[in-house]
Amino acid sequence: MTSADRLARLFLLPLFLFVAAFFVLPLVRLVAVAGGGPNGAMEYLAILTNPRHLQTLISTLLLSAAVTFATLAIGTVVALFLARNSFPGRALLVSLLTLPLAFPGVVVGFMIILLAGRQGLLGNATQALGLGKWVFAYSMGGLFAGYVYFSLPRVLVTLMAAVDKLDPNLEEAARSLGASRLHVMRDVTLPGIAPALIASGAIAFATAVGAFGTAFTLATRIDVLAMTIYTEFTLNANFATASALSLALGLITWGVLALTRSLSGSGVAAAG
Amino acid sequence: MSPRSMSPHRLTFALQLLVTLVVAAFLLVPAGASILAGFTANYFRGLSSGLTLDWVKEVLKLYSDTIGFSIALALGTLAVTLVLGVPAAWALVRRPGRMARLVEEVVTLPVAIPGLALALALIIAYGGFREFRMSPLFILVGHVLYTLPFMLRSVMAVLAAVDVRTLEEGAASLGASPLQRFFHVVVPNAKGGILAGALMVVTLSIGEFNLTWMLHTPLTKTLPVGLADSYASMRLEIASAYTLVFFVMIVPLLVAIQMFGLERPLKTRAQTPTKANRGPPLIAGEQP
Repeated sequence: MTSADRLARLFLLPLFLFVAAFFVLPLVRLVAVAGGGPNGAMEYLAILTNPRHLQTLISTLLLSAAVTFATLAIGTVVALFLARNSFPGRALLVSLLTLPLAFPGVVVGFMIILLAGRQGLLGNATQALGLGKWVFAYSMGGLFAGYVYFSLPRVLVTLMAAVDKLDPNLEEAARSLGASRLHVMRDVTLPGIAPALIASGAIAFATAVGAFGTAFTLATRIDVLAMTIYTEFTLNANFATASALSLALGLITWGVLALTRSLSGSGVAAAG
Repeated sequence: MSPRSMSPHRLTFALQLLVTLVVAAFLLVPAGASILAGFTANYFRGLSSGLTLDWVKEVLKLYSDTIGFSIALALGTLAVTLVLGVPAAWALVRRPGRMARLVEEVVTLPVAIPGLALALALIIAYGGFREFRMSPLFILVGHVLYTLPFMLRSVMAVLAAVDVRTLEEGAASLGASPLQRFFHVVVPNAKGGILAGALMVVTLSIGEFNLTWMLHTPLTKTLPVGLADSYASMRLEIASAYTLVFFVMIVPLLVAIQMFGLERPLKTRAQTPTKANRGPPLIAGEQP
């Protein structure tokens, strides 16, 4: 072993120790606590066997799927528009649209309260128009809006990069061969950005499943997985269930990300 | 219209423009309203009630400890990720292979797991150690766990792109010891990656809520924890002014990251793609 190899080992040691002590060991403890409750190992399946938890799981997955679908659809339209049109202020608009990328979930929740809360902009506008007051911040609708709010900038960044890399000649060739606009979209453009759609969709889905701050700000009564874990742990002191549900939650988010990465190759994981 | 686009179909164009404008309004109007509310004497009566700095002053009076704590925590997190991450990134890049992949995979795992679950695991494992549980170190550990992958990957990407091994061999042939080579060849060449990673670490640490909410104690409140507090119990103007303070801290960092993100892909993508070269917008993996 050369002296450089020895130094490299020495350099890796602190990282190993840190990860072992504060990640691997806690995870092992989490598994042990989840299986050490009154229900024993059956607790691992609580998410499927307990009707209330199963219902929560289903609504969390449905909400996340809806968020992912909506974000990808809107994101594709906007990314195509921004990548293919030049106008004054475009660069500024792009960077403004990507700013919310690092807003924590609580701040996003507050944005939704300002938009659709009891004194929200939307409610005031609809009231002025005589449509009655639209207030949906504190329901599933508010959560949906919040999750779209924080997913859109991420998806936009990835999709715009993908659209930029598309070869415009392909689309022109298809057009000149007589393909309609819709066909070009379906057969050339969308397949071209498919890897980016899959990668950013997976991230949007995983973040929506695991998000906590937004739900925490908007309402404690909405049943999504993260909120259930939080209440089980802090209010009910039901550590076994909270641990088992956390494991399920972690497995879902990690599984979705790992699956898409292996499907689409490491190149697209760039976004993750 | 740019020349590369297809001949514009007016209706499609108009629809796309409309969707883009609605999206821009959806993302930016609430943020603008929040900024305005922080300066408005009475938000419910509107701007006619006059502009004031009172709410911002009130926030600084009520919450300046959370602001200071967040900054100190972010800098502490940065220091630990630098010490743990930069040397390890070099060690992993110089011997690419299955082992390096595995290490990278395990270290990156915390990004793929919701902060709530990570925090729960930490509390279950270490909650019994009272001194540790109550100290700021407990939150620091959580933040390092969550931000370390960003530092590691950022430095690894740059080191893989500049082919640090050849440079090192040159230095070695001139008689430099491994430690000298690390500090005089590796670190200067990784500067871009270290800076980009540092920006990410500080930004993520300042904004982190999911882990922190579970790990904090009354004496270790961060800015986002205080924000959640103010959203639940303070009048809207104070909550807005507090959010404004958060924006003032985070937006310059985000702008700096964007500037890096724009120039880095060009530099790294030209090189042969490697596993480490997964490139920038790492921030996309952040969990709200």
